[in-house]
Amino acid sequence: MTDQTRTTVSITVNGRVVESPAGELLIEAAELAGVYIPRFCYHPRMEPVGVCRMCLVEVDGPRGATLQPACFIRVSEGMSVNTESNKVKKAQDGVLEFLLANHPLDCPVCDKGGECPLQDQTLVHGSGETRFVEEKRHFVKPIEIGPLVLLDRERCIQCSRCTRFAAEVAGDAQIDFAGRGDLIEVAPSPNQPFDSVFSGNTVQICPVGALTAKPYRFAARPWDLEQVESTCTACAVGCRIAVQSAGNRLTRVLGVDSEPVNHGWLCDKGRFTLDSVDANADATDPLDPRTRITEPLVRRDGELVAATWGEALAAAGTVLRDAAATPGGVGAIGGAALTNEGAYAWSRFVRDVLASEHVDAQYGDGLDATLVQALPRATIDEAASAATVVTITGDLREELPILFVRLRAAVASGRTNLIEFAAGPSALRDLARVVLPVRPGETAVVAEALASATTPHGPRVDEFDLATARDLLGERGRGVVFIVGRANAAEHPAIVETAILRLARRYPDATFLPALRRGNVAGALDMGLAPRLRPGRGFDPRVSGRDALAQLDALASGEQRALLLLGGGLLNNVADADHAIAALERASVVAVTGHGDPALAYAEVVLPASVQHERSGTVTNLEGRVSAVTAKLAAPGSAWSDVAIASELAEELGRDLGLSSVEAAAKTIEETTGYPALSVLTSAATEGVVVGRGERVARRPIDPMATPGLRSADSVGLAAFGGDTVTLDVARTGSAVAATLDDVLVEAVTVPPFDAYALSLYAGRRLYDGGVAVCGSSALAALVTATTLALNHVDLDRLGVSPGDVVTVRGPRGAVDLPVALDDQLARGVAGVAVGTLTRDGANALATLMDRNAVTVQVRLETR
Amino acid sequence: MATLDAPRIVTSRAAYADSHTLARYLDTGGYQGLRQALTMFPEQVAAEVDAASLLGRGGAGFPAGRKWSMLRKSPVSYLVVNGDESEPATFKDHFLVERDPHQLVEGVIIAAYALQVTQAFIFLRGEFALGLERVQQAVNEAYEHGALGRGIFGSSFSLDIVVHPGAGAYICGEETALIEALEGKRGFPRIKPPYFPAVTGLYGEPTVVNNVETMSNLPWIVQHGGAAFAALGAGRSTGTRLFALAGRVRNPGVFEIEMVKNTFRDLIFDPRLGGGIIDDRRVKAIIPGGVSAPWFGPELLDLPLGQDEVAERGSMLGSGSIVVMDETSCVVRAAWRITKFFSRESCGQCTPCREGSGWLERILYRLEHGGGRLEDVDLLLDLSDNIAPGLTWPPQQTTICVLGPSIPSSIHAAISMFRDDFYEHVEHGGCPHD
Amino acid sequence: MSHFRSELRQRADELVSLYPRRRSAMLPLLHLAQEQDGYVTDEAMVEVAELTGTTPAEVRGTAAFYDMFHLEPVGRYVVGVCTNIACLLAGGEELLAHASRTLGCAVGGTSTDGLFTLEETECLADCNIAPVVQVNHRYVRTTTPELFDALVDDLRQGRLDHDVPPHGTLIRVRRSGGLRVAREELAAERAESRAARDARAATEAK
Repeated sequence: MTDQTRTTVSITVNGRVVESPAGELLIEAAELAGVYIPRFCYHPRMEPVGVCRMCLVEVDGPRGATLQPACFIRVSEGMSVNTESNKVKKAQDGVLEFLLANHPLDCPVCDKGGECPLQDQTLVHGSGETRFVEEKRHFVKPIEIGPLVLLDRERCIQCSRCTRFAAEVAGDAQIDFAGRGDLIEVAPSPNQPFDSVFSGNTVQICPVGALTAKPYRFAARPWDLEQVESTCTACAVGCRIAVQSAGNRLTRVLGVDSEPVNHGWLCDKGRFTLDSVDANADATDPLDPRTRITEPLVRRDGELVAATWGEALAAAGTVLRDAAATPGGVGAIGGAALTNEGAYAWSRFVRDVLASEHVDAQYGDGLDATLVQALPRATIDEAASAATVVTITGDLREELPILFVRLRAAVASGRTNLIEFAAGPSALRDLARVVLPVRPGETAVVAEALASATTPHGPRVDEFDLATARDLLGERGRGVVFIVGRANAAEHPAIVETAILRLARRYPDATFLPALRRGNVAGALDMGLAPRLRPGRGFDPRVSGRDALAQLDALASGEQRALLLLGGGLLNNVADADHAIAALERASVVAVTGHGDPALAYAEVVLPASVQHERSGTVTNLEGRVSAVTAKLAAPGSAWSDVAIASELAEELGRDLGLSSVEAAAKTIEETTGYPALSVLTSAATEGVVVGRGERVARRPIDPMATPGLRSADSVGLAAFGGDTVTLDVARTGSAVAATLDDVLVEAVTVPPFDAYALSLYAGRRLYDGGVAVCGSSALAALVTATTLALNHVDLDRLGVSPGDVVTVRGPRGAVDLPVALDDQLARGVAGVAVGTLTRDGANALATLMDRNAVTVQVRLETR
Repeated sequence: MATLDAPRIVTSRAAYADSHTLARYLDTGGYQGLRQALTMFPEQVAAEVDAASLLGRGGAGFPAGRKWSMLRKSPVSYLVVNGDESEPATFKDHFLVERDPHQLVEGVIIAAYALQVTQAFIFLRGEFALGLERVQQAVNEAYEHGALGRGIFGSSFSLDIVVHPGAGAYICGEETALIEALEGKRGFPRIKPPYFPAVTGLYGEPTVVNNVETMSNLPWIVQHGGAAFAALGAGRSTGTRLFALAGRVRNPGVFEIEMVKNTFRDLIFDPRLGGGIIDDRRVKAIIPGGVSAPWFGPELLDLPLGQDEVAERGSMLGSGSIVVMDETSCVVRAAWRITKFFSRESCGQCTPCREGSGWLERILYRLEHGGGRLEDVDLLLDLSDNIAPGLTWPPQQTTICVLGPSIPSSIHAAISMFRDDFYEHVEHGGCPHD
Repeated sequence: MSHFRSELRQRADELVSLYPRRRSAMLPLLHLAQEQDGYVTDEAMVEVAELTGTTPAEVRGTAAFYDMFHLEPVGRYVVGVCTNIACLLAGGEELLAHASRTLGCAVGGTSTDGLFTLEETECLADCNIAPVVQVNHRYVRTTTPELFDALVDDLRQGRLDHDVPPHGTLIRVRRSGGLRVAREELAAERAESRAARDARAATEAK
């Protein structure tokens, strides 16, 4: 898997001469030659360590043939290897016997039983009887090393995959080996549990049942599991996953090794959110995000009550028809959680049926949709191999965790220089070559200084750092990838949009990766769910429409009467939730959602939709890669796919969208725009294809040793798993014009001077927020932390408060009591409040503090 | 009778109670070797060491001069002194660091000069509290005296020495584990290749690792010339060597004697040395070079104390420790205790060593304390074979470092030489010596 | 807020500055932590992690590898009795059993008065005076039960306070010389001489 020049060498494996890439690890080279060498510690996505000794083979050398670990030796010309000699067999059998010596005989009650590399190897190589008659090593049975992971030390075979993952991939060694010899054990620090957002990966790669995931513990036996491959939509990275179920109940999600995207890794949110789909039968309140909406609801006498589809469609039709009669009277918000096909259907519905241009998949917390579409797009791979990456975004580990993993690997290896616009906390900060501190309101000024080689007034940016950054960016930004998003939801979007636009014009050779967070937001925009956008990443310069915040304004003023709400999460994500509530209170709302949502308190009609793992289709990740999502379960009750709902509602309003099924929608998308929906849905292109590029798609065969539990194609009858290279030419895209930077309209705003006596609000994001994906999973919901006010230690000292103290925070419109937390990654004079979190009393503190008309929000502390 | 007319090279100050002080050191020719070295080119100093054929005194017995010459072509970044003496029954470096710390420091400075290294580390076993204090004191005094720091003795050569305490782990005597420990990590040995210290050592840079006794020889070699050193001993085993004699002898201790000119019998029985066996009993077995070495029976007592002479008979002089067992000693108990040691000290990286050592120890425990089975004896050998395939000498290994194949040495030797003792334990239901 | 007392914190900073990379100060810093608290406390691990640029889990993992670091409280005196091969042949096991009886605690345990912790050790490299006993890593050379009991009495009465400091204090000699040398100067010189040698090596290679 090296990037070196692909010269080959000849090696002899078991007497057969084969060609192998020069410098390849022997264990990989042998596998390419069809010779599988057993292993435990080796994992293809981590540096080899050669400790389990299972892969010992005989290598000819100057002192004759010696036993060498195949995972640690790189092939060289003329190397001769024997993997089958008696000596090799005895050594490998010996290692296996040693591993089993202290290993408990609790396979029948072990989660790994049936998919355990140790068990499998024993069946293949083991002697069948034990010579070990001693007392086995005993430890207290499973201990909780983190909120999601349990460790059974008796089962551990000390392969160090988990500890290496923590240090090498996650970049935070929260667990490490402790002790020595046969008492060595994996251990977290006494002060800090293993609460990494990547902890579940250690369970996935554990070759025995030592690490188990709390949510999956005793949930199913491997042989009862059915599996499909799909794409995770917990964020916009689009990690490839295997979704497993037993008896029509989702049981587990595993990361699939997709070369261009996730390398097999997942974040814990993506891995453990599956309970939100089918595990909350007890929840019935439509305002509770845990609740699945299983049947249509209409409001009668102030109450949402069950209705037939016919009744609900009629009611929804009435609301929308009435509102659409007034120009500008209706619009739609949401849709970032839909499939491309669902988004396409609603995009068509809004334009063709409601004749409205007021539509927005984002909640005012992202970037201007035209800007996103106009920026030259980079891929994740390009970012992870760029000479220089510039981040103008929030904490990627919290927002797009696997993008963080890919980027961290690039930066930590020294291949990639990182320039950070440091608005708030970032897990990449320590690795950055240049850190440009930007307080709320300062990003555009610093970008201007960078672009124009001037010294900015106000921001505390070091001139030397700016000069270094300019050197790294070069004359035209060749080899540079900008990762751009909204770090601070409390800052007017025009600030960062101005900065991005300036840099995009200044560095024409640079490419951009939009750090938009929500599941299929990129696909929703590509399908036209934003003003002026058209399906197939098209753009119509002749029209204009309201984005989400403008629609909320229009609803609040009465100018817009009705709202089609596509999916939940609006009140949880919009920074000024109080304003949104005021808008919804005046609006007639038709909601289409699979989950309960607080906004349904204002809905006239609720139409139940299928959600992830219940629907097939395509989604598009932040780099523009279209990949398939696959249904594993039937939707509950009478929920329909969004394609069906949009079609039926259109019919109710007297129009035919011509979308009889998801496949038909995909076909229409591809036929009319060239957007590769149908190609991806129906081909073996498991790695997906990037819009606008022809691409060869290949997949290494599944190695059950790398990901125990992940089953290969033949065992699940899924041709898509592994195998052949597929070439898809999808360069033809977009029937409408493509947006350009000149089409981008950015509001001119004036940044108020930095008030030395106040604190400027920084509203960043956390992975575990109050969204459906988190609260619907009891394991994840327990990880949500209550809202705090984070401050730099200098401000803590200045204000005379300590972490944990409760202070009254006063914003322009109101005050709220919050406990204080320390965060030295925030600049002095900046106060951090996380979006989407609630106080211990369940209040949305940010909604109280926000002022959606302000460019930056100033707050003051009143200590008690 | 032993031949004891060779000069005392590293123990010349042993008779003085204040041998560790700078005053005594200077009175007895201290730092003259360094002064002389500084008048020579570094290459000349290295050439003298090469001429001396000084074999490394740590255990592996690789010629120090050759180790250096391999490196002189490309610059060396660090010199690391291995003072983590932990091989059971080895206590010669302990003697040197407590009794003659300045000699060690002077040797280090000379080596650093020869290698043109400006940063050296003396890694000392953490349990040597007094030794650590004495070497630190000597380093402090050497700075004060102008023998360390910038412009040593007015020359253009500068050197910094850091005394680094270990913390109790036998494996850190293995040079790559020692480097890991010096980098602040667990003492996990590195895989060779590619992690040869000379190529990829401390912080990934070329590093020379030499033993305390090796370093302590350098002041004498520089002052008297490599040829004078090479004139002592015979064959590849030149000079004198410290032997740590322990076990069932009347007079255990550290003895500096000329190599090859003396035999095991001389060392054990000469009244000026070991003084014979307690109660004049008979030798049952000796462990000639640390517990990693295969044992010898009494029939090899007349073997000369030379590196090649011992190697030819299937063992090694190793760390220079010799343990004597007599007819009262239980070889099963000895093998059990040695295996227990390896089990406790296995770093835990490699499966065969981590799991194998503990398994072997438990079998031996049963044999010694009751519960042994006849088939255990062959099981011991077969499990040993899975750690050191073929049970050959020098051993082959299924592990990263040589701790693994060291485990079976005692077991294999004990069973080969005294198989009946094991069966006796089985029949007796435990140790018949108890 | 440093967990180390100010004088020890200063020594900690000096230790870090001694090495080309700060993680190298790990073992000396853990010794320092034991010098202050008698064992390595959780709080000390957090601070050592900060000082060495590692995580608390890595500090714990590293500390737990080495026998000399105690992660739980121990007695003022940690008594080690060797039973390895040379001491075994000289009655080490018997002396250890005697020590256990005298101190009234099991091997690995601490006496009820909290003064003594008893350990069975591997070879301590003083085999000519076997069985070897160390107290806080000072050789006390008490090879018989009688001498051992006298030692315990001496320790209880404080008669050995000068020779045997409380557990954790390892090296009482402070480094004095090296810090006089400007490390930056040395580093520059090193770089210079390395460049010169590189040049020479390059010439020789030709």
